[in-house]
Amino acid sequence: MPDAIVRAARVTHRYGPSVALENVTIDIPAGCMAGLIGPDGVGKSTLLGLVAGATQLQSGRMWVLGGDMGDSRHRRAACPRIAYMPQGLGRNLYDDLSVTENIDFFGRLFGHARAERRRRIAELLDSTGLAAFPDRLVKQLSGGMRQKLGLCCALIHDPTLLVLDEPTTGVDPLSRRQFWELIARMRTRRPGMSVIVATAYMEEADQFDWLAALDDGRILATGTPAELKASTGTAVLEDTFIALLPERRRAGHRTLSIPPRLSTGGPPVIVARDLTRRFGDFTAVDHASFTIERGEIFGFVGSNGSGKTTTMKMLTGLLPPTSGEAMLFGQPVAAGDLHARERVGYMSQSFSLYTELTVRQNLTLHARLFHLPASTIPGRVGELLVRFGLDAYADQNAGELPLGIRQRLSLAVAVVHGPEILILDEPTSGVDPLARDRFWELLADLSRRQDVTIFVSTHFMNEAARCDRVALMSAGRVLAIDTPAALARSRNAVTLEAAFISYLEEATRSTTSIVPGSPGRTVADDPGARRRLAVFSPRRVFAYTRRERLELMRDPIRLGFAIFGTALLMLIFGAGISTDVNNLSFGVLDYDRSPESVAYLEALRGSTYFVEKPRLVDDADLERRLAMSTIKAAIEIPPDFGRDLQRGRSTEVGVWIDGAMPFRAETIRGYIQAAHAQFLSDWQQRVTGDSATAPASLEARFRYNQDFDSIYAMVPGTIAMLLALIPAILMALAVVREKELGSITNLYVTPVTRLEFLIGKQLPYIILSLANFAVLMIIAEVVFKVPLKGSFPTLLLGVVLYVTATTGYGMFISSFTRTQIAALFGTAILTVLPATQFSGMLTPVSSLTGFPAIMGKAFPMTYFLRISVGTFTKALGFHDLYGYLLGVAAFVPIFTLLSVALLRKQQR
Amino acid sequence: MRTVSTIFWLGVKELRSFFHDAVLLAFVIYSFSLAVYSQAQSNSQELHNASVGIVDEDHSALARQMAAALLPPYFKPPQPVRASDIDRLMNVGTYTFIIDIPPNFERDVLGGRSPAVQVNIDATAMVQAGLGAGYIQQILTTEVSDFVTRSEGTFQSRAQGIPVSPVTLAVRIAYNPNVTTAWFTSVMGIIGNVTMLAIILAGAAVIREREHGTMDHLLVMPVTPFEIAMAKVWANGLVITIAVGLSLTIVVRMLLGIPVAGSVPLFMGGVALYLFFATAIGIVLATIARSMPQLGLLYMLVAMPMNMLSGSNTPLESMPPALQAIMQISPSTHFVSFAQAILYRGAGFSVVWPDFVAVAAIGGGLFALALARFRSVAAST
Repeated sequence: MPDAIVRAARVTHRYGPSVALENVTIDIPAGCMAGLIGPDGVGKSTLLGLVAGATQLQSGRMWVLGGDMGDSRHRRAACPRIAYMPQGLGRNLYDDLSVTENIDFFGRLFGHARAERRRRIAELLDSTGLAAFPDRLVKQLSGGMRQKLGLCCALIHDPTLLVLDEPTTGVDPLSRRQFWELIARMRTRRPGMSVIVATAYMEEADQFDWLAALDDGRILATGTPAELKASTGTAVLEDTFIALLPERRRAGHRTLSIPPRLSTGGPPVIVARDLTRRFGDFTAVDHASFTIERGEIFGFVGSNGSGKTTTMKMLTGLLPPTSGEAMLFGQPVAAGDLHARERVGYMSQSFSLYTELTVRQNLTLHARLFHLPASTIPGRVGELLVRFGLDAYADQNAGELPLGIRQRLSLAVAVVHGPEILILDEPTSGVDPLARDRFWELLADLSRRQDVTIFVSTHFMNEAARCDRVALMSAGRVLAIDTPAALARSRNAVTLEAAFISYLEEATRSTTSIVPGSPGRTVADDPGARRRLAVFSPRRVFAYTRRERLELMRDPIRLGFAIFGTALLMLIFGAGISTDVNNLSFGVLDYDRSPESVAYLEALRGSTYFVEKPRLVDDADLERRLAMSTIKAAIEIPPDFGRDLQRGRSTEVGVWIDGAMPFRAETIRGYIQAAHAQFLSDWQQRVTGDSATAPASLEARFRYNQDFDSIYAMVPGTIAMLLALIPAILMALAVVREKELGSITNLYVTPVTRLEFLIGKQLPYIILSLANFAVLMIIAEVVFKVPLKGSFPTLLLGVVLYVTATTGYGMFISSFTRTQIAALFGTAILTVLPATQFSGMLTPVSSLTGFPAIMGKAFPMTYFLRISVGTFTKALGFHDLYGYLLGVAAFVPIFTLLSVALLRKQQR
Repeated sequence: MRTVSTIFWLGVKELRSFFHDAVLLAFVIYSFSLAVYSQAQSNSQELHNASVGIVDEDHSALARQMAAALLPPYFKPPQPVRASDIDRLMNVGTYTFIIDIPPNFERDVLGGRSPAVQVNIDATAMVQAGLGAGYIQQILTTEVSDFVTRSEGTFQSRAQGIPVSPVTLAVRIAYNPNVTTAWFTSVMGIIGNVTMLAIILAGAAVIREREHGTMDHLLVMPVTPFEIAMAKVWANGLVITIAVGLSLTIVVRMLLGIPVAGSVPLFMGGVALYLFFATAIGIVLATIARSMPQLGLLYMLVAMPMNMLSGSNTPLESMPPALQAIMQISPSTHFVSFAQAILYRGAGFSVVWPDFVAVAAIGGGLFALALARFRSVAAST
């Protein structure tokens, strides 16, 4: 088949023990809309990731655009011709950047010059209807708008192949329709463009030119929608899919039918009256009003962010409403009302059970929290296991279950205490059609047979159609409430979906509707194509630098930590970490009380290091006070000390020192020995009359720091430590954030190289660290009065090299950590230990041996500490320190190369 | 009764979650085993392997004896250095000490002219410089005196009366007679870990529930914030209490062979009391942070100073008075104080009760704050 854009042969892909794709061989035709259909977790995303080159091929062959994707040269050449939108609403976009800034970033990555970028951005914004909000931040966009922006970013470089992974999941039907119209228009402008889409919406797939149905990592069938339907003899694509499933999966499946509801009358159990909730100046729910009767299945339909979840949270008492009223069982909802909670079951949007507990443990825990009588718990749990078909999984961890089973467990947990009301927030998103039917059977049973009131939200229209009544929600407002049939009738629509779109159009009044862009210009080859392949492009580096800077400026927590956190730690450590030993409290046990003993003690009492405490009474008192730590040393003068001294008889003074802190004890010993020697020499002078000359004298010269005040060593040391710790942490977080949030995909699928990516991200942090250094320098001079005695240019050069090295260290750590919290602690542990113990801050490096010595030599702070202490306290300059400057500089290429080598250009 | 049962079962869940988190578990095990052990191996508190240069301009027997008297483990063997290199070598920090013995030193000593030996000390190497200067002073003076005494037999020319010291000084170091660093650093390592881990375990447990949405789940059940917070406190507190007990017994007593003076049960009681506070701080931080990374950054700003300034690293009394006063508000200071009293000085309850009361009072206040914040924040995200 010559016109296949993608050819896969025997592709198998595993994540640990689970198989995502199994021996897949498929040809996807070029120049058309090709769809991959199937529920979540069947391997659609993996296949698309492989096609786009974002995911590394494990086994088998994959040809895209006529070349082998296993070959990195072809990948490099092909990636500017492929555009990839990963799953999740705008996962490759940057939330803290505006619409224009996002597109501009991608334009830079693809090597467009300023004028070219401006032209393209204007054109794309215009044709997608985003032109009205060029400066709005992405995090303030609705789901539909995010997807359009994602498309703009994908199309900026005129791709030949567009890969879309579930682009419309969670988007309201109107935006969904607009999105597909947009795609259709783009295709008329770029006639050769091939589009591959994964979707879970069967109605959408019906419109595509070609489909491949996937299940459990395998291809079930391929062909046009019509061919597939014909081959299975079904009329609706959803049924087609079920028919294509292997026999064993279909076992027990029957067409769902919900018996009609017999109204029992009585007062409504759930009432919302003008319920409103604002977050700041954003109104999430705007005067929502509705009533729900006992035993009714009431559906809430709307896109992500339309206020469904917020409304439900207000009804459960999780969120207090800003205004309006929520009532359950005729009583206002009160946050502290434990009694009402026992009558309500709630299932939140994501799977929110304890994934590390087994199915049985989860059920038992909740039964206990609802205080079911202990004797009935095993029975109740057993009953639920059977009824919800969970008995086969009872002792598996909840986290290991397939999604459909997990949702059943969530429902079982929600009903463990036999509630009268069930509030279910999007219980079936991501669940395959079979499992969804099974779930609805359970709901129908609860409603019809046990008269449980069910309030359920969904963005699947076919599910909404099963409800007794539905409320259509958009932008926080309830647009209409009625039975599905009545809603369709009121708009003369065939389906509920069409009716919803009609309501949405009326509500939004075309502020976002699409001005049909000029269909004119068909796109030929792109002049920037050559440039994209450059091995190193300053433009791409700068694209990342600019973006990182914008994000950092807009993140008050990280920026605040960087500047104020550093200053705070500097103040605390500079003042608090001191090796000066003074204010030592001591007590005297003087059994003699003669002029001689007073003279002996005078030497201590006169010292500024010692503070005398009340006299000690006896040995017991001495021991007690030492144990209580009210004194750190005790001096015991024996009886007849004075007389013995006068007569030249030898006598002994006893000293007790608190040895709890060895360093302090050693220092006290030194002080006391010195005082003792002083007394002896004074005594000698008194007795013999002449100043006794010792055979030799020792002149101790405390260099650089005559007063031997630890602050002159600790302040430059603290600067070195903080400039190691903070830049490394921020840098590691910056890289790992991208991994966690998903924007790392842009490294995988755009022409940016690993080196460009890392250097681009590193530059803003180097500049930030220099600002940090300025702050630290000011604190050192102004607060601690530690002046810089030596050469400032040398120190500055050292700092520049050093923060480049320490951000590189953070980069290196980020290359093997996956979550932000791991990066943070990993960096902290791997920095603080060598910084405080092995770099020479407290113990000189020359006295280290073995492993600590190696650790010290392999850590940049060891070298920078010499520069910092040297320039601050030792008054040194370049000539004395160039060796250490070279030492620091050597780390820069080492960390950079290690990081580049360890960072992956493809996802595993 | 219902409250007690809820707290108990939620706590059991907390323990199950903890043992399921391999990374956190590894972190705790590392902190209480390898980290404590390696801290005990450092010699940061004593003079060890100090590097000495010696400029011998005398080339006499005395000068050689003086150099030979500086012995390991305190000093590395002194290296010969030229007088002209002193400044350069001090500048780049090759030696912490350089001893300069002037020409004709021995002759001047014996001639009673009391020549001076110069000791250059790098006063930026704080701990080592201070202790080392004292040691060098002591050793060299003794060496010269001994030399003179021995020479008296041979050189009768002048009667140089070296008086026998009339007063001797008997220094005894209580609680740690050999002034071994490991006694201090190992136990203080454990103490530091308690503070660092209690805060992060409790904080992370709250954030994890928020991020996974299970917090919402709990709050729609008949469970109060007080019960949720208490469950986290007792479960995380228990984990750390056990880790401390094991670390003290296995690592400190058995592996390192360090004696513990006081009552271990009394100490463990204090640990449990302190954990009540430390986990509360973790919960407070978790209510301020909105995500795990934010918690981590906040944690660094709170826990590191609490730990570094508590008196477990450097002596409390050498901090500025204002900072000392502030640190009295931090229970970590009282914790270190009673831990040192019990474990090193063998103090009993009659001695340490004021610290216990302080920890309980401050801890109670913090727990109330944690609860108040928890109530207001838990639901609103």
